[in-house]
Amino acid sequence: MISLAGRDIMHAWGKFVFTGVGLGLLIGVTLTMAGVYRGMVDDAKALLDNSGADLWVVQKDTLGPYAESSSLYDDTYRSLLSISGVARAANITYLTMQVREGGRDVRAMVVGVVSGAPGQPGQPSYLISGRQITRGHYEAVADIASGFKLGQSIQIRRNNYTVVGLTRRMVSSGGDPMVFIPLKDAQEAQFLKDNDAIVQQRRRTAENPAFNRPNVPGLLDQVIASQSTNTFVNAVLVQIKPGFSSEEVADPIRHWKRLQVYTRTQMEGILVGKLIATSAKQIAMFLVILAIVSAAIVAFIIYTLTMGKIREIAVLKLIGTKNRTIAAMIMQQALGLGVIGFVVGKVAATFWAPIFPKYVLLVPGDALRGFFAVMLICVLASLLAIRAALKVDPAEAIGG
Amino acid sequence: MANHLSELKPESKGIHIESLRKRYGEGDTAVDALKDVNMIVAPGEVVGLVGPSGSGKSTLLKCLGAVIEPSSGRMTLGGQVIYNNGWQIKDLRALRRDKIGFVFQAPYLIPFLDVTDNVALLPMLAGHPNAESRQRALALLEALDVAHRAKAMPSQLSGGEQQRVSIARALVNRPPVILADEPTAPLDSERALAVMRILNQMALQYQTAIIVVTHDEKIIPTFKRIYHIRDGKTHEEAGMGRAF
Repeated sequence: MISLAGRDIMHAWGKFVFTGVGLGLLIGVTLTMAGVYRGMVDDAKALLDNSGADLWVVQKDTLGPYAESSSLYDDTYRSLLSISGVARAANITYLTMQVREGGRDVRAMVVGVVSGAPGQPGQPSYLISGRQITRGHYEAVADIASGFKLGQSIQIRRNNYTVVGLTRRMVSSGGDPMVFIPLKDAQEAQFLKDNDAIVQQRRRTAENPAFNRPNVPGLLDQVIASQSTNTFVNAVLVQIKPGFSSEEVADPIRHWKRLQVYTRTQMEGILVGKLIATSAKQIAMFLVILAIVSAAIVAFIIYTLTMGKIREIAVLKLIGTKNRTIAAMIMQQALGLGVIGFVVGKVAATFWAPIFPKYVLLVPGDALRGFFAVMLICVLASLLAIRAALKVDPAEAIGG
Repeated sequence: MANHLSELKPESKGIHIESLRKRYGEGDTAVDALKDVNMIVAPGEVVGLVGPSGSGKSTLLKCLGAVIEPSSGRMTLGGQVIYNNGWQIKDLRALRRDKIGFVFQAPYLIPFLDVTDNVALLPMLAGHPNAESRQRALALLEALDVAHRAKAMPSQLSGGEQQRVSIARALVNRPPVILADEPTAPLDSERALAVMRILNQMALQYQTAIIVVTHDEKIIPTFKRIYHIRDGKTHEEAGMGRAF
């Protein structure tokens, strides 16, 4: 038996191909939306991978340092180093802000890392060019996505930094490129007030009789000095020694009253389950709407194509064609349209994904699931047309 | 060939219709489209069925074509009783496919199949292998003088060629009966007579009983027997049987 659907498609291939291209662009958008979600999850995982940490020690009762703000004294890491199983512990700060270069500014996550100690957690694990930060101040390593070049001078708050190294795929969970600077500079940048605010604060402190005591010389200077320095960090990243499990090392830290510790699994749960949960739901809604729109379009197209063949269907029924042959013809056409649409959509998504400002990760598994979803949608969408075709009276082929 | 109703045995192969009635609706709104239809068409015979609009021609054709159910009466096609105050056959679709050929006013060829496959589709639907079905189709196209257009699409054919292809389609399963509904209406005199010549040749060659529903004055003189249908009743009369 010949394929009636195949012959019809070949006969009107232009109509099918153009319709398929239109549907394909819609499928391409759907696949891209899934890729945007995958990219967000991958960014979150990259953030954790790139931190080089096994444990994240943060302020008690917070989900820091990525999902909530967290503040720890910058000497906490010393105590953590004394715990059995801890190989390395390093302070870290995170600050999302606009980093200026020349006449432009770039949204970036500024990361304060311990400088001059290669291999410390928090430092970029590899560079694509340049070197790591070796000086205590005013050097930076930037992700290539920021657009910064080696040797360029960038401005963070009031200070200028020289880009000494470039790295890749070092992004925040929001996809912003990271800029690494020395920890001390980052601590300062995090709480640095503008000049007018500093002057105002000093004036208020000097007018406070509790601090400005004529019989205690030097007190006012000490108080003002303490107000202009920052002794806090957002988290301590901990690497554990081989042979120890994360839980084994995390357990004694949990007993400390002012600290909270998260393992890699827990931190991934926070990032994926809480930080990007709303965005994920947003994308899921888009996917549902796009699926419904795609189904409606396929149903409309197949229904219209079928209604255009009512007389032929009546003749086919009159000359003895079985209902299942006619139903198969319509369903195969819907599936054919779906295949054309999927191929066009996959190719389109592959081509335009790299142009997106945020990372779009097209996973083969998603493509496979997408393919089966498209096929299912096409089958469901063709049911309306099949129902209409099966209701056609063969007597319509005979006049009168 | 039998020339008169009385000369045919009631159950002979061909078409035999007795006291066929068809009523649409019920009660006060009921309409009797067919009141008392009696017809016999012998194998190899082509008879005309003529009548004014609304006389019941199309209803009769639909009853014979097993697409609507008569209200009462008896119909025999190809020696098989298909209706006797109720369908005697379960699979009417297979009956239409295997026992009845249809030729329409417009050829209604399947636009996405070439000429060969338009004809070969029926044997394929009946389960015959593709190659054998195409061979049968080509033989018929040859007989109907359209074999040279075997690979053409229907849209590339002239009206006369399309009608010949539709005749080939009607004949390809060697049905004992062909129902032709105004097959010459869109054709000029020359082509209309050519179609009638072909139908007569094919009827003789394949011993097929053919009913041609027509209004076409050009072809009415070619019938040897004509059934007039008026107010749902048939009346037989001898035709002119003019040579082509």
